[in-house]
Amino acid sequence: MSTTTTSAAKPAGTSKMNSLQAVNAALHQAMAADDKVLVLGEDIADPEGGGVTGATAGLSTKFGGERVRSTPISEQAIIGAAIGAALAGYKPVAEIMLMNFTTVAMDMIFNHAAKLRFMSGGQTSVPITIRTLTGAGWQTAGQHADHLEGWYAHAAGIKVVAPSNPVDYKGLLLSCIEDPDPCIFIESAGSLFVPAEVPDDQGPIPLGKARVVQEGSDLTIVTWSSQTVRAQMALPALAEAGLSVELIDLRTISPWDRETVLASVRKTGRLLVAHEAVRDFGPGAEIAATVSEELFGDLKAPVRRLGAPKCPVPFAKVLEDAYIVQPDQMVAAAQALMG
Amino acid sequence: MTQPSNAPQPDSAALTDIFRRMLRIERNDNAILSTIRKGRLQMPYYSARGQEVIPATISHFLTDEDQICTIYRGIQDMVAKDMPLKPLWAEIAGRVDGTCKGKGGPMHLTHPPTGVMVTTGVVGSSMPIANGLAWAAKLDGSRRVVIAYFGDGASNIGAFHESLNLASLWKLPVIFVCPNNGFAEHTRFENGTSVDQISKRAIGYGMPGFTVDGNDPWEMYAQVSTAIARARDGEGPTLLECTTFRFLGHVLGDDNKYMAEGELAAAKEKDPLPLFRQRLLDEGHVDEATLAAMQEKIEAEVAEARDFGLASELPPVDEIRRDVFAQEMMA
Repeated sequence: MSTTTTSAAKPAGTSKMNSLQAVNAALHQAMAADDKVLVLGEDIADPEGGGVTGATAGLSTKFGGERVRSTPISEQAIIGAAIGAALAGYKPVAEIMLMNFTTVAMDMIFNHAAKLRFMSGGQTSVPITIRTLTGAGWQTAGQHADHLEGWYAHAAGIKVVAPSNPVDYKGLLLSCIEDPDPCIFIESAGSLFVPAEVPDDQGPIPLGKARVVQEGSDLTIVTWSSQTVRAQMALPALAEAGLSVELIDLRTISPWDRETVLASVRKTGRLLVAHEAVRDFGPGAEIAATVSEELFGDLKAPVRRLGAPKCPVPFAKVLEDAYIVQPDQMVAAAQALMG
Repeated sequence: MTQPSNAPQPDSAALTDIFRRMLRIERNDNAILSTIRKGRLQMPYYSARGQEVIPATISHFLTDEDQICTIYRGIQDMVAKDMPLKPLWAEIAGRVDGTCKGKGGPMHLTHPPTGVMVTTGVVGSSMPIANGLAWAAKLDGSRRVVIAYFGDGASNIGAFHESLNLASLWKLPVIFVCPNNGFAEHTRFENGTSVDQISKRAIGYGMPGFTVDGNDPWEMYAQVSTAIARARDGEGPTLLECTTFRFLGHVLGDDNKYMAEGELAAAKEKDPLPLFRQRLLDEGHVDEATLAAMQEKIEAEVAEARDFGLASELPPVDEIRRDVFAQEMMA
């Protein structure tokens, strides 16, 4: 059963919003609660439009241009400024417009943000949050849409968060901002505009805890980000096919909730991991390997992975659709797992 | 740009303090070299012997509140800033009493109490982070300044350009200090850099830039005092290119084959340490007895620190699970 998201009537004390609006609400809430929270990035202040997606709209007007700063198009300088301010006690939220552009700042993220606590023996820490948008579906082609969560999940010292719905966007972003370590918060094209009722007093949701979207007994499906939205689209067809599916939205990719996933697969004996990231060497491989190592004797079928083919995100709609793992492919894979 | 005409001049006390810092750097460097050569210390060592005037003069103007981001050739910058030597030695020896518990080593020495915030092993990466520390200083409403040290080779990496632009745009209290020792690793300055003076690049970012004789404490004093005053007064960053020479090559063991015949010997003729010492005496800024006592005190401090570091325990293996995150990782 859905534990935290939508219901038909508007419950008291909630507001209907999409994930973008949830991000905006979380930023307003965090900045109001703690004057150490800063926001920086390209075009993020109100004179520049409050962010290309509007996620940061209103912040600079409300909290001032010193705490909310638009930056030049300089990803290394953006993350470097966030790291330095964090070393001095601030909690910067840096927006890197698109996840592919985080690669321009990889030295700052990987060699510095993620490692300074360890390399300094715990004397310094880098409590930054990097918000970044990605995902296929908008025909933005090869350099604007990659899901790189696996790259970051492979690094020590950085937490990787990839929500799928407005409640989690708000709660997990609040947790990232409060977290004493660097977090990369991945906003995804396929999940950004799906609305839901969000409690007005929605607070932080713990990092590293998966959400069981639906309980089931035949098969576990693990997804996150946009792929959770697609998995939810597949649920009616799976039910129609007579499959009792346990759908887990991982939400945090690193550190991932091994306990919830292992408990589920121990129960169902079957696992399908599906993500938008390229399948080969993707995060699904880590989950599949862990389940195989821990639960080999409990598995009723080999673990199955679905992900993008190992090619750049293509432009033409027909190719982009073929690149993305579609709901019907998830249904087919689930049925194949049942034998 | 040329030196301001009303540049402040150092008095005898300032000159003696700068010399003390230089001597502390050199005596410490000497002890590191001899300990490595005796086989009692295993570490990659990027000596800055010959470049002492630069951090010594800069540190004369800094307090513990002021912060530095430095690089793998940066031990001199910390020693100049009066970072305690015992945890420094324990760290370069990879011991548990090291400032980073033996987990960072010589290329990542960190000591926030004396403002040593970041030491990076990546060329150019001190600068973007220094900007953030300077942004925080501004937000705090403090008068503290941040020094970003980097080598001449680092002026060709993107981080330099992004950082200077942002620092100038945001008028950050940061001073970009480039000891230009003539070589980027093994490549001669003129073979890797499109301008004859790195300071000329400051013009492109709308900030003051100066090329200073980095081996001349008087010249350094004038420019550094001006740059730091500018930063403290909220007038923004300065780029200081300080010409110098490194006597021990890129890394210890360097065969210096890329240098011209006699180039190193000629540079050593102009070793700033003995020349400055003699001039201090000749001009009556300090007497021989004071300098001898200073040296004795520094050598005792260095010897004690070396002994402390080498006697410190090795880190327990479970340290690899700590400080990855605030919360210890599970075994």
